[in-house]
Amino acid sequence: MEMILSKNWSVKDQRKIDVAMKNGAYASLEKIFKMSPEQVTEEVKLSGLRGRGGAGFATGMKWTFVPKETTRPIYLINNLDESEPGTFKDRAIVEKDPHMMIEGMIIAAYAIKSHTAYIYIRGEYHKQWEIIEEALKEAAKKGFLGKNILGSGFDLNIYQHRGAGAYICGEETALLSSLEGGRGYPRIKPPFPAIAGAWGCPTIVNNTETLTNLPFILNNGAAAFKKFGTEKSPGTKLISASGHINRPGVYEIEMGLPIRTFLEEHLGGVWKGQKLKGVVPGGSSFAPLTAEEAYQTNLDFESCAAAETSLGSGGFYVMDETTCMVRLLQFTAKFYEHESCGQCTPCREGTGWVSQIVRRIESGHGRERDLALLNDVCKNMMNGRTICVFADALAMPVLGFLKKFGNEFEEHIKLGRCPHSVSLRGLRA
Amino acid sequence: MAFEFTKENLQKFEETLKRYPQKRAALLPALWLVQEQQGWVSKESMEYLAKLLDLTPAFVYETATFYTMYNLKPIGRHHIQVCNSVCCSLRGSQETVATLKKKLEIEVGESTSDGRFHLSTVECLGSCGTAPMMQINDDYYEDLNEEKIDKILEKLK
Ligand SMILES: Cc1cc2nc3c(=O)[nH]c(=O)nc-3n(C[C@H](O)[C@H](O)[C@H](O)COP(=O)(O)O)c2cc1C
Ligand code: SF4
Ligand code: FES
Repeated sequence: MEMILSKNWSVKDQRKIDVAMKNGAYASLEKIFKMSPEQVTEEVKLSGLRGRGGAGFATGMKWTFVPKETTRPIYLINNLDESEPGTFKDRAIVEKDPHMMIEGMIIAAYAIKSHTAYIYIRGEYHKQWEIIEEALKEAAKKGFLGKNILGSGFDLNIYQHRGAGAYICGEETALLSSLEGGRGYPRIKPPFPAIAGAWGCPTIVNNTETLTNLPFILNNGAAAFKKFGTEKSPGTKLISASGHINRPGVYEIEMGLPIRTFLEEHLGGVWKGQKLKGVVPGGSSFAPLTAEEAYQTNLDFESCAAAETSLGSGGFYVMDETTCMVRLLQFTAKFYEHESCGQCTPCREGTGWVSQIVRRIESGHGRERDLALLNDVCKNMMNGRTICVFADALAMPVLGFLKKFGNEFEEHIKLGRCPHSVSLRGLRA
Repeated sequence: MAFEFTKENLQKFEETLKRYPQKRAALLPALWLVQEQQGWVSKESMEYLAKLLDLTPAFVYETATFYTMYNLKPIGRHHIQVCNSVCCSLRGSQETVATLKKKLEIEVGESTSDGRFHLSTVECLGSCGTAPMMQINDDYYEDLNEEKIDKILEKLK
């Protein structure tokens, strides 16, 4: 079946606006300008599109939270911070078909009545920044951006705002702090950004992939979109696949695809003829699945949730049977220790402790009581004890690794060393 | 050393001001401009930005130090940043780090004595599918092996 987001990814020069337009880019604009913003929002609501940034929140619904009678400017933000280990799909959108993303932003801005939109792009994506600058220039030249777009009376400017290396800036309120020129500190919600976001004004933050789905929905209608995927997770999903597989890369799959099919048919199976040990399906912030669980789980929000993990941002990575899960968790914990913004004590201290304890276990100096300790520290980090859910994003994988691969942790402690044949002993993270 | 934007960069700075409803928001782009101009962000340049943006030097300093990509001291011309995060670790990033340390004869966090290279390890760069990988200044180098690393280092003078 022809997919939604990647259908033109193999077209030569698809980044150029003339080529993209031959393949339908910006066609939806004529259509939306004949509709009211409310009608556009309604169509997106009907499509059942859910946010692709990690939480899966209903997109059309989120847009309706912007106060109707506001006299203040409304802002749209395209969240292109993409920094979660395992996730590299938004980058593919930019590299392969940036105009589809820009068109999506125009649709969203029109629906929420925003005249200024920002793309918050992670600092490391410099090449991608340049691609977008070029695409924005082209779009403006054709009259798709700027004043009175296609004679509709609708004005929109899009600017890029470059981050500078901080994972936390992907969290929407931290993003706003960073946009405003400060440290990337998350803010307490409520108020939600839709009510009081950038500069205290109503602001909608959407993920890049979410926005890129909009041209298809407006061109073809909600019903066509719902033909893809499952009832509660309609559409497709970009999955960035890495780890111990034969064909890493970014794949657009229909929601609901069994992990087994994805692994065997798309990814060419586990590398080196090895057996599967486990999978993290949605990025480092979520629990892993054992091989057995993975083979019974599908790639959609509900199926992943039922398996006590999440489809998250689609950062799918695979571990073969030789992987030391303690070592993998050590790398995961190191990431969160490094990226905590430090505002809340349970998070700042907790991420450090977790990292320290896991490192201790991995190096063979773990103690019997360390597993209970890890459990306690994680429970203290979770469930609303902190300003944002970053702390949960470490606690969840830790608890998941302990629950599913606890025997490996116990083995390390009992043996006083790592039982896996690690050729790089002594080279720690 | 006193800092001032070049005429061209001052113009770029004024352009960015127009993008935001408040001046302060131009701080991140302005810090990027400083780094583009002199390779790092000095104390003097922060004081300069504070004046331009009507901020206190302390505020500029707080923002600049929060973000890992602003260099607060001069570093080697070619900043090698090897991803040593979760997914790259599954595909041998530690070997890449070890190879680079050996070849450059420096530790992570150091610059070579000729000022040519600086070596860091960083967290996920959004390139996990082409691991192991590194970023040198603005460019990504992916699917690394020792032979490739040799060729890359050779080219960077
Ligand atoms: C620690 C943390 C990091 C996040 N990073 C990103 C990110 O890089 N990109 C993104 O789109 N959303 C990220 N999110 C989710 C955003 O806060 C926000 O929910 C999302 O951008 C909303 O877009 P959506 O509704 O289209 O998914 C992150 C959330 C947290 C808690
Ligand atoms: S939970 Fe962690 S990352 Fe989030 S605001 Fe608190 S300290 Fe910062
Ligand atoms: S973990 Fe290295 S690029 Fe993602």
